[in-house]
Order: sequence, then C-alpha cells, then structure tokens
Amino acid sequence: MAKKKRKVPGLNASSTADISFILLIFFLITTSMDTDMGLARRLPQPPEDEEVKQELKIKERNVMEVRINAQGFLWIKDGTGSGFGDIRELRSRAKQFITNENNLSVLPEKHPINIPLLGMCALTDKHVISVQTDRGTPYNMYFQVQNELVAAYNELRDELSKQKFGRVYGALTDEQKVAIRTYYPQKISEAEPKNYGGN
Amino acid sequence: MPEMNTSSLPDLIFTILFFFMIVTTMREVTLKVKFVVPAGTELEKLEKKSAVSFIYVGPPTDQLRAQFGSTTRIQLNDRYAEPREVMDFIYQERQSMSDQTAQVVSIKADQRTQMGYITDIKEVLRKSWALKVNYSATHRN
Repeated sequence: MAKKKRKVPGLNASSTADISFILLIFFLITTSMDTDMGLARRLPQPPEDEEVKQELKIKERNVMEVRINAQGFLWIKDGTGSGFGDIRELRSRAKQFITNENNLSVLPEKHPINIPLLGMCALTDKHVISVQTDRGTPYNMYFQVQNELVAAYNELRDELSKQKFGRVYGALTDEQKVAIRTYYPQKISEAEPKNYGGN
Repeated sequence: MPEMNTSSLPDLIFTILFFFMIVTTMREVTLKVKFVVPAGTELEKLEKKSAVSFIYVGPPTDQLRAQFGSTTRIQLNDRYAEPREVMDFIYQERQSMSDQTAQVVSIKADQRTQMGYITDIKEVLRKSWALKVNYSATHRN
C-alpha cells in the first residue's frame, strides 16, 4: 500500500505576532512595577492560655516605657526620669538607654556574654522598650515612634559594624550579622504589659 | 528593496511578554477605602510578593461615602470587614501559599486612623499566628 506522500501545508503564523502583541499590551497595563515599602515588625506570639497572665518579672531599670496618648503626645519613662517628650529626642534617648555606655545603675544592667567574632562583651540583653498606645492614638504617631525606635537600633548596629568590621550592617556576611544582632537584639514590646515586677 | 524577514518578531515579542508576566502582580483589588500611608525612614522592601496579604484601613472612598459614611473601615479583598473576619482571611490566604511560614501581612492604613482599629487587627493577627507584619509607608528623608 504505497501511499502517496502528501506535504503538510505550513501553518500560517503571521498572526502570532499580533496575538502576542495583544497579550504584551495587557500585561503592560496590569503590571505594577512599584515596589511596596514598609516598616517590618514582628508581633509577639499569642499567649498560650488566656488565664495565665505573664509572670515576667522585669526589673524596672531594664524597662523604657513610651506611651502615646490620644492626643498624640509622648510620655517617656526610663531610669533617668520620666515626663512628656518630643519625637525628635526619642531616638537619642533610646540609644542611650540601649547602650548604657557609662554603666549607670538606673539604666539596663549589663551581662558579660561571649559572642562569636566579637569576643566577651557586656550587653544590656535584658532591656525592653515597651510601646503603649491608647485606642484613640493616631496611627501616624505610633508609626513614627516605631520608626524612631527601629532607627535607634539600626544606627547602633551600623556603628558597631563599622567599628568591628569596617562596613555598615547591610554589607556584612550572615555570620557577622548574627553577631551584631546578638549584641543589639531588637526588643520592642508591642504587647501591653501592665504590671511590671518590683525592683 | 528586499523585504525584511520578520519571522523572529513573534519570538521577540514573546520574550518581552514573558518578562512582564513574571514581574506583574495581578493582585489589584478595587480599593474601597482611601488612605495616605505614613512616611518613614527605616523601611524595607516587601520581598516575595506571593507571600503577602494586604489589609487596607481607612475611611470609605468619596464615591462610597454617601452609602457607608466616613468612619474608618477595614477592607479585605473586595469588601468591608470586621476585625474578627481577619482570621478567616488570613487562613484563606495562607492556604493558597506555597511557603506558609513566610506569610507577611502588609497593613496599609491611613495616617489618621485611630490605633484602636490597628490594635484589634494586631490582636487577631497574633491569634492567627501571622506574626510578620509590615506597616506600609512611603520613604522620606
């Protein structure tokens, strides 16, 4: 049965360009090239049992309280004093609180800890910055406070990175970053701890 | 004049097409609330668009104001919702994600929103174990 070999007619592909052009234009229009930016925060884990209140005993010197009232005013309290404050002084105040450079007895206590790459360091690893808000606080004020606190940590980390490794924090290797992060752990409490333990 | 050979044109266009298909994010919900996000300095880029869920908070848009008033609303997907509905929303979103531990919730809230709304949302997010949040903002110097 010798069948006569028939030639398959070529498919007319001249419209593929048009079709793909239409698809291209569709995606060009729907695409959003702008990258979303934002302040990244991590929420605390949910309490395992609603009944069991946190029995965390935190020494008063280790706590810095930042309260924002419904009018958007700041009230800052740490070992050096308390009172209404300005958003512009919050960053330096937080840095002073976190480092406790002069080892004052009213600022967070320091513990010697051995960190890989950095050696023995005295850290204020028990410090907590507690941000408390009112239901009526403007979101913008809360955001600015968070921003300033994160900025304080970022500045400290950058300073330490430059001093130890000669580069800013963002340019370090992962290992070095871990070391710096251990030195300055970010401890911004977003929960509402009402009662702190005694002195 | 010899005619130009255009047989490779479709391939060329397809390449550009694929590029746009990859970078595009189809998640464009119609906004029912209007908001001006705050401005900050310590911002990070939202990596991994596929793992991001958006929550919009703000007053209804001008067209919807007559119908819904001007009190702050929370928008999930295409409709207004109550804070407690956030949990279902988070679970739904999580189900459609490949890497569920990487889930990030981006809160796009108006500057003048009262913290009560945000606190309620945060509480629900904690209970649903969506702990990575991102307060959407614009950059300032």
